[in-house]
Amino acid sequence: MTLVTKFAARDPGPAARMTGFARHLRDHGLRLGVGETALAIEALCHVNAANPSEARRALKSVFTGCTEEAAQFDGLFDSYWMNGGRVKTRITPTAPNAPNEHAHSTREANAAGDPSDGAGDISAPDGGTGEADANGEGKLVATDIANLFKKDLRDIVRPDDIAEAEKIALRLGAAMRDRKSRRRVAARKGDQIHFRKAIRQSLATGGEPFALPRRHRPDRTLRVTAICDVSGSMTVYSRIFLAFLAGLMRADPRADAYLFHTKLVRITEALRDKDALRALARLSLLADGFAGGSKIGDSLNTFAGTYGRRFVDNRTVVMILSDGYDTAAPDGISDALARLKKRGCKIIWLNPLKGWDGYAPTARAMAQALPHLDLFCAANTLGDLAALEPELARL
Amino acid sequence: MTFKTLQTAMAEQGYIASGDLAMALHLSLQLGRPLLLEGAAGVGKTEVARVLAAVQDTQLIRLQCYEGLDAAQAIYEWNYQRQLLAIRAASEDGETGRQVEARIFSDEFLLERPLLKAIRQTKAPVLLIDEIDRADEEFEAYLLEILSEFQITIPEMGTITATTRPMVILTANGTRDLSDALRRRCLYAHVPYPDLETELSILVTRYPEITDRLCAQIVGFVQSLRKQELEKKPGIAEMLDFAAALMGLGVADLTDDPAILQASLATLLKTQMDRDAIPTEIAQRLAGKAA
Repeated sequence: MTLVTKFAARDPGPAARMTGFARHLRDHGLRLGVGETALAIEALCHVNAANPSEARRALKSVFTGCTEEAAQFDGLFDSYWMNGGRVKTRITPTAPNAPNEHAHSTREANAAGDPSDGAGDISAPDGGTGEADANGEGKLVATDIANLFKKDLRDIVRPDDIAEAEKIALRLGAAMRDRKSRRRVAARKGDQIHFRKAIRQSLATGGEPFALPRRHRPDRTLRVTAICDVSGSMTVYSRIFLAFLAGLMRADPRADAYLFHTKLVRITEALRDKDALRALARLSLLADGFAGGSKIGDSLNTFAGTYGRRFVDNRTVVMILSDGYDTAAPDGISDALARLKKRGCKIIWLNPLKGWDGYAPTARAMAQALPHLDLFCAANTLGDLAALEPELARL
Repeated sequence: MTFKTLQTAMAEQGYIASGDLAMALHLSLQLGRPLLLEGAAGVGKTEVARVLAAVQDTQLIRLQCYEGLDAAQAIYEWNYQRQLLAIRAASEDGETGRQVEARIFSDEFLLERPLLKAIRQTKAPVLLIDEIDRADEEFEAYLLEILSEFQITIPEMGTITATTRPMVILTANGTRDLSDALRRRCLYAHVPYPDLETELSILVTRYPEITDRLCAQIVGFVQSLRKQELEKKPGIAEMLDFAAALMGLGVADLTDDPAILQASLATLLKTQMDRDAIPTEIAQRLAGKAA
């Protein structure tokens, strides 16, 4: 059995320890406020807090909010309360990195103040799922060496590109406003009578409904989810597409963006940075393997199985920006697209090569993908993207 | 009441809850916070609310969410026909406008929908908001006020505050990502597919007459089926249907008759692709391993 962490006798008390634990969780990417800490202490009053497994369960239900967090929680709990999950205690005198006024024991200060201590085995991006890359500060330690070998996206994309792309993205978003919502709102012209208003107004005329207010189903914008290929064969076009993605993120708060080469990375959070250039800097940290080979089928399949389940629905347009040259066997592509299609979304494939004269989608990957696409277009420049407006409006 | 007693009480009602789930329910009762349950379809999320209502000996009020669900269907609506008639009658009786207005916007003309009904009960009910991720974001925003304050504002009548705090259970299966604001107001529990022992006890609780051998085979088979690449993995309800089908067909051993096993897969696999993915040979192999 693992040992419970020993706190020094001078320790300021349970409330401070709980605050330390909440901070420990925050360091590992859980989004928690002060309210949760208070709730946690309250929750412990209702259970046998001296029993580690009861306390663990209680804190889990308070501090976690989604499947990923719930899976991560046990490790984090162990590292803080259960002596880092170790069976035997061995004192390793490490000085705490951050001064910590609440923690007087070395161990607690260590667990709470130094994110890289417990982080190694808990939030390390082992499979490179993208989640771990996107948050937490610890990743900088891991990436500053490999950084030299990466392309700096700031050299590729200029800020004025982004500004222009933003305008285009706004227009494209507006063009796709065709889905009818199912809920109704009051409107001058509508297909149904707005009873609530009618009754209210008829009071003034002694119960005679002279005016019949109406309600209708308003138009609803579709949400764009863009998946961009940044493999070697796409390098020439990456500038335009990345600028477009950055613009899209800034124009539409509900848009979502992903990169893929041999694996898939979610870049929505990174691109949403207020400073456009810093967004690109964050992006270059994420785009490990940029301009290498591409596994389109695998990446799309990963997308369909993970993020796709959460973010793609019948109000989504999935926009794939790729040339369709796959270094892996291309069989996966049509399966992945079929899976995505089942979620009710529209799929658009923008292929830079289609702009060439006499291009035929002969790459096997592309040929297999065609039956699942709602729109297959060329896009080499920002101008081309802007010209898509009427096409999108017809979707 | 500790979470263990809650767990036992639920087991008496025929629901085997995992420790995590029982603890989350216990805290949610103690702290008066809504509980968000997430998990794949068919792991018994909805059933939790029904059993909890039975344990607490109270009413279950259910709100099934769907796309386009709005306040008129979830919270309250005025009874327009009655209002119209009342206005007509009033003009003949010579009531003043102010009196009419006060009368037609009173309780008598209000149609309660699940959320309003839940906060006006004299005994705290269990309120189940099922598949919240199907409703759209606007509806989530309505819920926030109700879940944190337990009050509903009707412009014509004023604010109605809850007489008792309903025990709220929300379920979601990941159709859409829920807002952080909603998640923050709730306690959380993830409901996974049950492990072997839990599923065995579920089956025995539901069908006490089943033989040990068949029981172990069925659960083993379903558990290994869930490890296959399937579009829709069979849930607990499907497993129970499967068991009922086999018992109805008088099967004593899964490996006896491949044709019957294949036919009864209809209770477990609900898409064409999944049926194709498990042909007779694979089904036999899985059944053989489970034996």
